[in-house]
Amino acid sequence: MELRGHRIPMFVSLLVWFALWEVFGRLEVVSLIPPFSEVVAALAVVVPSESFVEATTVTLQAFAIGMTMSLTVGIGLGMLMGRSPAVASVMGMWVNIFESSPLTAVVPALMALLGFGLPTMVVTVFLFSVWVIALDTQVGVERVNPSLVEMGRSFGASNRVLYSTIVIRAALPELLAGIRLGLIRGLKGVVIGQLLIAVVGVGYLFELYSRNFLMPEFWALLIILFAFAFLASEAVAYFERKVSFYASSR
Amino acid sequence: MTDIPRTTSKAGNPVDKTGEPAVRVHNLTKEFPGGVRALDGVSFDVPRGELTSIIGPSGCGKTTTLKIIAGLVEATGGEVEVDGTPVHAPGPERAFVFQDFALMPWATVLRNAAFGLELRGVSRQEREAIARDYIAKVNLAGFEDAYPHQLSGGMRQRVGLARALAVDADILLMDEPFASVDEQIRRKFQEDLLRLLSDEDKTVIFVTHSIEEAVYVSDQVVILTRGPSRVSKVVRPGVDRDADSEHIRRSPTYLDWVERIWDELQDYLEK
Repeated sequence: MELRGHRIPMFVSLLVWFALWEVFGRLEVVSLIPPFSEVVAALAVVVPSESFVEATTVTLQAFAIGMTMSLTVGIGLGMLMGRSPAVASVMGMWVNIFESSPLTAVVPALMALLGFGLPTMVVTVFLFSVWVIALDTQVGVERVNPSLVEMGRSFGASNRVLYSTIVIRAALPELLAGIRLGLIRGLKGVVIGQLLIAVVGVGYLFELYSRNFLMPEFWALLIILFAFAFLASEAVAYFERKVSFYASSR
Repeated sequence: MTDIPRTTSKAGNPVDKTGEPAVRVHNLTKEFPGGVRALDGVSFDVPRGELTSIIGPSGCGKTTTLKIIAGLVEATGGEVEVDGTPVHAPGPERAFVFQDFALMPWATVLRNAAFGLELRGVSRQEREAIARDYIAKVNLAGFEDAYPHQLSGGMRQRVGLARALAVDADILLMDEPFASVDEQIRRKFQEDLLRLLSDEDKTVIFVTHSIEEAVYVSDQVVILTRGPSRVSKVVRPGVDRDADSEHIRRSPTYLDWVERIWDELQDYLEK
């Protein structure tokens, strides 16, 4: 952003928003929105609290396990769909249906099936994130220049080497985009799952804070979640930018 | 030019096979799914140590023929023999140069040029030493650490050529290698190729759609026609290539052969 020829750094816009928030909060128009300074104060209270540490541990654990599963399955399935028209035609429809369906509706059923604990959360994360990863991997693999594959074969690459050194590498721009979207959806999944379960993790804390009108704490938790999602997706985006130069020149 | 560390022994010629063709293409047919017939009984021999061009109108199956010889495409019928042995898959005695270069955009010139050796499990130090030699031979010294997108089309193809030469295969298969290169650079490139090949004892099969190019670089020209895709003629222009290139391109033999091949192709185009 530029103003009268001066470059304005990103954080300035944040500061403006925070100032607006502070003013709005102090006007006490809506009781749900406390002043920003109170939210910051609540951050300092919430973060070290035992309930927060416990909730974060449970959430991150479910997120990590679920994401590992969806990365493994998603990338594997996407590569198969990208390389084999038969697999693509058998699986493609299902992947697209699940990708576009409101999976939140399935979570209560999962709860009935898997209980109120970790398995439900893990499966929720998996179901939310795996499809976009598979679809983007498929697109990436389909866009790999066929002569790169022929090059590998002509110099004697085995199938394993061909996939691990050429295909996956050439598909990286789309693959990383899929992973970034998958991470964000996985995070949504874990929080939505917990909100519906309402007795574990961050979802439980949200329930607790909002039911008791602890708005500063509620907003503090939300900010932490936003920050985490932002940092996770930016971390992947960093690598995406590193490979974007060859997305156009494959 | 001669002190190149050789790691792989010259594949395939332990005994003298001078009399025998390096590659024998016998009655190849190829039918693509949907009944499209790309080749309809293509046969020709490729003499050892020579450069053979395959030329013909687009859609006559030049590239398909070359890819079958490379083992990249399965023939529907017929046979390809390399050193007397039928082949159905790629092998270390054949190296391919791609029309669109097929360089890995994420790898440096050095890694790209050494990639054939990397796939064959040659140690890093060794393969990079060999690759550096060939990068210098194709006049790219100083660009070892550049990435393909930083190079011009002509330079990229030099990397592709260095990669194919680095694996020290006896047979070089080139699929319209200069088609994506500027016309001015193309001539220079043809001369460089001939100079490079005169140092290396290679059998080359060269697909092109340019009659001038075919006559200029080849010992033997295989003329393919389409509908049905067959060999119409195999000719040996016998242009004296000891003369300088300007002289050759103006010599009556050269011009005469360009004309004769043109006539040959025209007959089929008018059908």
